[in-house]
Amino acid sequence: MNLDSLLPNLGEWLRGSGPESDVVVSTRIRLARNIVNFPFTNRAGHKQKAEILAKAQEALVHADLPDPLQFIEVTNLTALDRQFLVERQLISRELATVLDGPRGAAFDAKESVSVMVNEEDHLRLQVLRSGFALDEAWQDIDRLDDALEVKLTYAFHPQFGYVTACPTNVGTGLRGSVMLHLPALGITKQIDKVFRALQKINLAVRGLHGEGSRAFGDLYQISNQVTLGKSEPKILNEIREVIQTILQYERQARAALLKERRQDEQNRVARAIGTLSSATMITSEETMELLSAVRLGIHLKLLDDLPPTTVNQLFIHTQAAHLQKLMGQPLDGEERNAARAKYLKSKLRELGSSR
Amino acid sequence: MKCQFCPNEATVHLTKIVKATPRKQEVHLCETCARERNLIPDQATPHVDLKALLGLLLGPLQPQSAGKPRAVETPALTCPTCGLKYEQFRAEGRLGCPDDYVAFQSALEPLLERIHQAQTHLGKVPAAVRRGHREADLKDLKKKMKAAAKAENYEEAARLRDLIRQKEATDESR
Repeated sequence: MNLDSLLPNLGEWLRGSGPESDVVVSTRIRLARNIVNFPFTNRAGHKQKAEILAKAQEALVHADLPDPLQFIEVTNLTALDRQFLVERQLISRELATVLDGPRGAAFDAKESVSVMVNEEDHLRLQVLRSGFALDEAWQDIDRLDDALEVKLTYAFHPQFGYVTACPTNVGTGLRGSVMLHLPALGITKQIDKVFRALQKINLAVRGLHGEGSRAFGDLYQISNQVTLGKSEPKILNEIREVIQTILQYERQARAALLKERRQDEQNRVARAIGTLSSATMITSEETMELLSAVRLGIHLKLLDDLPPTTVNQLFIHTQAAHLQKLMGQPLDGEERNAARAKYLKSKLRELGSSR
Repeated sequence: MKCQFCPNEATVHLTKIVKATPRKQEVHLCETCARERNLIPDQATPHVDLKALLGLLLGPLQPQSAGKPRAVETPALTCPTCGLKYEQFRAEGRLGCPDDYVAFQSALEPLLERIHQAQTHLGKVPAAVRRGHREADLKDLKKKMKAAAKAENYEEAARLRDLIRQKEATDESR
């Protein structure tokens, strides 16, 4: 499969639409599942992993689903392609580079559904949705789970529920994550207060790429920690309530910014555009920080006619693997910073002239 | 105030509000001890290690340098299916196979209580498992019906017969 065909698309999570998309970038739900009569991945040998992979592939390719899944073996992919899929949020960094042995991934053409095979658990099902869409994401993943269960026998304990390699995931195996863009809470220095409150109620806050990753560009993922003792709808409801509160805080902070320091903000956004369209070397981190200002500028209507999808496109295309695919050649760090600056400059000029 | 783990001055103060008495539980530590227990992240991220925090607040308060060796209860359990020992799991944090949940059940229950504040799954059940339950229920009801008929308790037998019919008629998908 040639992954380059995905390059022009933004993928479901960067579609830039969906409910509450001024603050909520995307919603993700994942389910951890394991197949009976096999050890968990970390204790499975090469042969057992190959067997699990074959069983999973059979189920994934033939499952009765509204959109068919494309299956790929991770070991057949180049390092660049693996990184590319990580940047598109279709596979985890662990599956791409840390783990070894037979492992796979499957996803649909819309890049809304993806399944990893032989990650920490035999199967990690994932549904991504643009905007704040926990119910829709749950319906999709529940259906996917049912469809796979027709073909596979899941390991299930009468008391503990769906069993997982790590006891932090046992029970429902469900992790719901909502990715938020919270620049105004950052500017007004209230973000730490919000996170302290979240931790008290057992919700985790992570950066863009999940566990242990830093928060770049004011993007944060909020997710549940508890997976046992609550039904799936209850877990999702608890996340929903908290997200609604954070949404209010962020919008209040944005309104206050507009009211009290509109000119400062306008200046900050204009400078961000200025740097993005005139730099000759720029890192991915700086790009993300500046794009965060631009995104906020769009939603505060401080910028004319720049659609939010532009920011998403620049955001994904300036990440390392995407950039190298666009340029059609491998680039080292310095070369990437130059190529990134060049790409941003030409894209923004293109948009400027079309306006 | 002194750190509860070493002689240094305490600079980190944790308070846990509990419903039962005592209403408030406090822990005081110095920065070094707090770092050792992963309560302060190394980088300046907003991420506090919640598990470490909970572990400290929920677990018994024991200075690590206490005179008598700490009796750490690691049950000597081994999974007959995959051969994983419970102490190996505690060291690595990952279980070996689904049967570990059966072999280590007694030890996992308190651990799950600490992680999830629960020990029993309440949520989706695989359709195959649901069907299994339904069949077992029906078998049980039929046995009871036969027993009632044999004891000439026809009223009860009729009630059970209706219940069985009703159960058999319901959609087995959910």
